[in-house]
Amino acid sequence: MKVLVPVKRVVDYNVKVRVKADETDVDLANVKMSMNPFDEIAVEEAVRLKEKGIVSEVVAVSCGPAACQDTLRSAMAMGADRGILVESDGELQPLAVAKLLKAVCEKEGPSLLICGKQAIDDDSNQTGQMLAALMDWPQATFASKVELAADKVTVTREIDGGLETLAMALPAVVTTDLRLNEPRYATLPNIMKAKKKPLDTIAADTLGVDIAPRLKTIKVSEPPKRAGGVKVADVADLLNKLRNEAKVI
Amino acid sequence: MRTDRESMEYDVVVVGAGPAGLTAAIRLKQRAAEAGREINVCLIEKGSEVGAHILSGAVIEPRVLNELLPQWREMGAPLLTEAKEDRLLLLTETGERKLPTPPQMHNEGNYIVSLGKVCRWLGEQAEALGVEIYPGFAAAEVLYDEDGSVKGVATGDMGIGKDGSQTGNYQPGMELHAKQTIFAEGCRGSLSKELFKKFNLRDGVDPQTYGIGIKELWEVPPEKHQPGLIIHTVGWPLPTDTYGGSFLYHLEDNMVAVGFVVGLDYKNPWLSPYEEFQRYKTHPAIRKHLEGGRRISYGARALSEGGFQSLPKLTFPGGLLVGDTAGFLNVPKIKGTHMAMQSAMVAADAVFDLLSVDSSSEKPQNEATAYPERLKKTWLWKELHSVRNIRPAFKWGLWGGMAYGAIDTFLFRGRAPWTMRHHNDHDQLLDKNKAPRIHYPKPDGVLTFDRLSSVFLSSTNHEENQRCHLQLKSPEVAMTVNFARYGSPETRYCPAGVYEIVGEEAGAPKLQINAQNCLHCKTCDIKDPTQNINWVVPEGGGGPNYSTM
Ligand SMILES: Cc1cc2nc3c(=O)[nH]c(=O)nc-3n(C[C@H](O)[C@H](O)[C@H](O)COP(=O)(O)OP(=O)(O)OC[C@H]3O[C@@H](n4cnc5c(N)ncnc54)[C@H](O)[C@@H]3O)c2cc1C
Ligand SMILES: Cc1cc2nc3c(=O)[nH]c(=O)nc-3n(C[C@H](O)[C@H](O)[C@H](O)COP(=O)(O)OP(=O)(O)OC[C@H]3O[C@@H](n4cnc5c(N)ncnc54)[C@H](O)[C@@H]3O)c2cc1C
Ligand code: SF4
Repeated sequence: MKVLVPVKRVVDYNVKVRVKADETDVDLANVKMSMNPFDEIAVEEAVRLKEKGIVSEVVAVSCGPAACQDTLRSAMAMGADRGILVESDGELQPLAVAKLLKAVCEKEGPSLLICGKQAIDDDSNQTGQMLAALMDWPQATFASKVELAADKVTVTREIDGGLETLAMALPAVVTTDLRLNEPRYATLPNIMKAKKKPLDTIAADTLGVDIAPRLKTIKVSEPPKRAGGVKVADVADLLNKLRNEAKVI
Repeated sequence: MRTDRESMEYDVVVVGAGPAGLTAAIRLKQRAAEAGREINVCLIEKGSEVGAHILSGAVIEPRVLNELLPQWREMGAPLLTEAKEDRLLLLTETGERKLPTPPQMHNEGNYIVSLGKVCRWLGEQAEALGVEIYPGFAAAEVLYDEDGSVKGVATGDMGIGKDGSQTGNYQPGMELHAKQTIFAEGCRGSLSKELFKKFNLRDGVDPQTYGIGIKELWEVPPEKHQPGLIIHTVGWPLPTDTYGGSFLYHLEDNMVAVGFVVGLDYKNPWLSPYEEFQRYKTHPAIRKHLEGGRRISYGARALSEGGFQSLPKLTFPGGLLVGDTAGFLNVPKIKGTHMAMQSAMVAADAVFDLLSVDSSSEKPQNEATAYPERLKKTWLWKELHSVRNIRPAFKWGLWGGMAYGAIDTFLFRGRAPWTMRHHNDHDQLLDKNKAPRIHYPKPDGVLTFDRLSSVFLSSTNHEENQRCHLQLKSPEVAMTVNFARYGSPETRYCPAGVYEIVGEEAGAPKLQINAQNCLHCKTCDIKDPTQNINWVVPEGGGGPNYSTM
């Protein structure tokens, strides 16, 4: 059984991003980029399924500029068998990525696609859902547990008030939540081996899909400065302040 | 002997992706290509990526780059701002006086850069030449052959918890074996420290002396931006018996790098280099450059100041030292990059030649002794020798130092018939009761800041559940000596607030180490009065994430 894992190259979660002076975007020049943390969880899950013997091949896919090869190498260092770069230098919005992934799915024919629930740069939380709709596959989002059998996948999701368990026929889309697993470190020997794993590049414009952006960014600005905190004397004081000053209760 | 680690064989392993390590790696590959030989070079870097732990001024001399990659302009190297105007100011509390700039401080032909950016670029060039670069992996251990020669290094284990037990994510480190290992760890390398002892490399030379440099990067309004302007200051706010000064460089893109260096031979345990820096920014001559701007990055790093007298032996069987870990830095120029690169060039050539010797025809040689021999014949040696007395003359304070500097430079032209000696920085502190307390102003949150909001801007992070990488040889000494005698100076000299005395109100003072905030500047390893603090590498990838420092 083949699993496809889309991995996005995003600004590293340790980086304190800064809005450009002209407020058109955040400044990404010389900033550390790495794999979206939710996608690391997706890769980890796929690799674990392979280690259990249920899955035979894990393929990582990234859409974006040539630098995304680093992200694919990271996925391969964690255990993915090969990588596919769908190369495109322009801005890719979730719908465009979903369409590109659809084209890749049609080529590769995976039984399962596991992706992150959202990317930490734009927090869209859309790609997995859109892809499922385009492919007309069932989807289970925000997975905190995944059990795979030959013909179905059972997914547990954390929802308000408890856990929900869904069973889906394959092929299907699963998106990962934070608690699904703790991704492994890519070890140096595995990073070295990953350099030799196959990585194919497909030019996005050869896939025949419209990837033009549909949304326009009007302005990017910093959140308002946080006012300094105060120490409260006791619980009564805290309640009073929450009720009368912050007006949140 | 551990058997649980995988190993890999290379011709050369380089430790550290600063200007020195990258130059060595590039040069080796170039030489191999010229000779039509295969040579595999592996470079490991403890920062999460190349440049993540690089912090410098920096005005750099491009002379070695011209030689290494003569086409650097066409290749898009980020040397974008030519040095235009040099100013040296003597500050008093409210006043400023322009001093003549000594010849070492002239910068025609030099460039104001982000050294972090330059290293990223050099890293790309090295990879294009086939160097294998692995950032996020720290060399934690030197490996030795049975005959005692260096056989390579091992990366640290990952996933060992605070208590020393293996977590679910445990992964053993990896051994990297090499015919020659090049140590390019920068100032106060943690493995170099071990090598100094193991091979007695410091026998007969002066102790190394250091400074701590703290730096901020500001984005200023375009109307205040004067690309190419270089300002150095001496004087206020430091007392005249303390060596130090500031730099303020206008780079490209409305960026201003501003920093403060304090000699770590300072005597007053109450002194805080961080607070001196914050206070310095409030001077009218300085604040006018920053006002209306915003601070975008912060960091700190030690630099070697011992110069010529403090150079160790540079080679040993199986390896050698290049760059600032060996102490190649010209203090009056406040420049080390050109020397780091020069030492690495010469070392790489010597290593290449050594590896080219047909091992069957001669007795195999594994020490690149040609490196120091040839280096002594280059401009670097002359340059370091000529300025050797300037820094130590500041033992006579600012006035004595400057007066001596002028005499040495203009009268003797660096050829004075004597060499002044250095002392260890760590035994210079006075008892806390014998030194005046210093009261620093509170930060205003606009021009001056507290330490924690500063550390935030360095994007520093360490995996929380790991062994503390700031090891106390004796935990008691932190209280019985550091606290009782010196008033815990580490709580002041650490630029990241890693060391904290807690529980003082309750009458049970205790040293708390917030290792997660560590900027890897190495100051504690240098200045701790009894050398009780030992800085070792944390898990790879931890530490600051500088983007353009
Ligand atoms: C990649 C990623 C993406 C995420 N995305 C989302 C998201 O989109 N939405 C969402 O809701 N959650 C998200 N989370 C989860 C969320 O960030 C964390 O669950 C949440 O921040 C935990 O908050 P906390 O206060 O418990 O702990 P922390 O985040 O550890 O602490 C928050 C603050 O408390 C301080 N603090 C911690 N311990 C102490 C102490 N002992 N004393 C004093 N101060 C202390 C810290 O210094 C810090 O300032 C994401 C997490 C990750 C890793
Ligand atoms: C505040 C300040 C201002 C300066 N201004 C100037 C200036 O204007 N002009 C100038 O020419 N020079 C300046 N210098 C000096 C210059 O920065 C140094 O001389 C130069 O960076 C030395 O290069 P290096 O490669 O030897 O070491 P570094 O640049 O320090 O690089 C060492 C690298 O090795 C890595 N490393 C260390 N130990 C390990 C390990 N065990 N395992 C893996 N990786 C490791 C580090 O993370 C780092 O990336 C300044 C220095 C400071 C601190
Ligand atoms: S703990 Fe030591 S090395 Fe780390 S920032 Fe503080 S003084 Fe520097």
